[in-house]
Amino acid sequence: MLDTIDPDRTTDARFGLARRVTLPGPLRLDGGVLLSPVDIAYETYGTLNADASNAVLICHALTGDQHVASTHPRTGKPGWWTRMVGEGRPIDPARHFIVCANVLGSCMGSSGPATINPATGRAWAMGFPVITIRDMVRAQAMLLDHLGIDVLQAVVGGSMGGMQALSWPATFPDRVRACVVIASTARHTAQNIAFHEVGRQAVMADPNWRGGDYHDESAPTAGLAVARMAAHITYLSEAGLTEKFGRRLQARDAKSFGFDADFQVESYLRHQGLAFTDRFDANSYLYITRAMDYFDLAEEHGGLLANAFRATRARFCLVSFDTDWLYPTAESRSIVQALNAAGAPVSFVELSSPYGHDAFLLEAPELNRVVDGFLRAGA
Amino acid sequence: MSTPTPQETLRADLGIIAHHVARGSRVLDVGCGDGALMAALRDERAVDARGLEIDPGNVAAAVGRGLSVIQGDADVDLQGYPDASFDYAILSQTLQTARAPDLVLDHLLRIGRRAFVSFPNFAHWRVRLSLLWGGRMPVTRQLPESWYDTPNIHHVTIDDFRAFLRQRGVIVEGAWFLSGDKQTTSAAANLLAEHAVFLLRGEPGA
Repeated sequence: MLDTIDPDRTTDARFGLARRVTLPGPLRLDGGVLLSPVDIAYETYGTLNADASNAVLICHALTGDQHVASTHPRTGKPGWWTRMVGEGRPIDPARHFIVCANVLGSCMGSSGPATINPATGRAWAMGFPVITIRDMVRAQAMLLDHLGIDVLQAVVGGSMGGMQALSWPATFPDRVRACVVIASTARHTAQNIAFHEVGRQAVMADPNWRGGDYHDESAPTAGLAVARMAAHITYLSEAGLTEKFGRRLQARDAKSFGFDADFQVESYLRHQGLAFTDRFDANSYLYITRAMDYFDLAEEHGGLLANAFRATRARFCLVSFDTDWLYPTAESRSIVQALNAAGAPVSFVELSSPYGHDAFLLEAPELNRVVDGFLRAGA
Repeated sequence: MSTPTPQETLRADLGIIAHHVARGSRVLDVGCGDGALMAALRDERAVDARGLEIDPGNVAAAVGRGLSVIQGDADVDLQGYPDASFDYAILSQTLQTARAPDLVLDHLLRIGRRAFVSFPNFAHWRVRLSLLWGGRMPVTRQLPESWYDTPNIHHVTIDDFRAFLRQRGVIVEGAWFLSGDKQTTSAAANLLAEHAVFLLRGEPGA
């Protein structure tokens, strides 16, 4: 499976920042469609060692991207997980060969509704096939084949990234030695689906959406912004919102008796919504939230979650946060129970944080300590 | 980085347990703390050790040593473990902190083919003296907390524990008694031992 690799890996064009590859495929999707070709935008950090045994795949969340530890080309902001990935961090380019790929269906260079359908020469839009978390994982596996990586030292992800991380050993039992799942779940609950449906309906209710065919016109930014606002609330905790905003007013001394953003929290959410539309495609938001809603790892394995892990010899580490009500600790615990039933080595800890679901992206020394210890143990 | 912990540095009751666990066996350490015993078992006896620990800081420390530890509560989370899934289930210095120690013990004997249980002996003469002469709840080396903040909510003596085992038909395969860090005889252990370690088995012939 290993391709011939340039002995001087630093000059290998497959490795580095801002890479993009078009793989012939075809990729057979869970929905039955054969996707071909498959574009994957990705970045690598560090050096792949001689036996290609130090690769760590990082899976990003719903609106994340491949710029895990490099400057985002559109926003100019630093990578989204520089607290976890970088010099002296638990995932360190000095030791690991780090791969992060834009997921299938997204809009940062990988195949998705915003990329061109070779059959029509126009953007796929809603003609793009519906995808699943497992399809994203299969696309990542195709990328690893291209990079000459047979087995991952570890796959690591938070939130939707955690769903992919969990799917990895279930889909490719022999290709992953360790699996880190942070603030995630093995299936979307009715409440999770409900929030996503609110977001999708907001996008589709925007007259600019035009059945997804907006690529030559104005994008449905108002709808997408509302979707982001609703979702953003689920990433925070009530205590966190109260601490940050309370009932404080925004740049005024009294209520306006109108519908301006009187409250700081309103102004904050509006800003979050608008800023999001600068960097994200509305159709991609529909496709990726759909993939998350379809996710039920037990269902893919005869209704018993433990069955998903019987074939793998991977070690697992799960972390939840006590104020995360999107994917609460109970979800992680049920995964831990399934792993125990399957006899897999598993560690689990619920960490304390005031910040809700987003805690995994923020400064969390305990999280770094757990991930660092877990990864070193298997090295 | 996991550093091997030599048995000599283990707490005395853990040293006894470590010494009597069979090489290469599967062990569940309930209330494993920072994983000192698990690390010793892994490094010196090639044991496949798993842990359950209630304190997140301790879990982080244990995972940091490369151990497989789940944060959880012995009173709640043992029921998720399948029958006879371990060669040994270990409960060290945790029995007296459980809300339902009898049920925890049932789970221990169900999950492990054998169980090690260690606990501080509430009938040690210093404890008795403290109550008899001082009229105060004992605060000793083994029981260092005051009555209001002690995690030890079910005090037990060696004789209480033996009676409990008899009543439940639990087989005692071994018993060790400690005074300070030294082993002491089983004669008058209920008076002279600060600490007891029992090796138990659930059903005869199991």
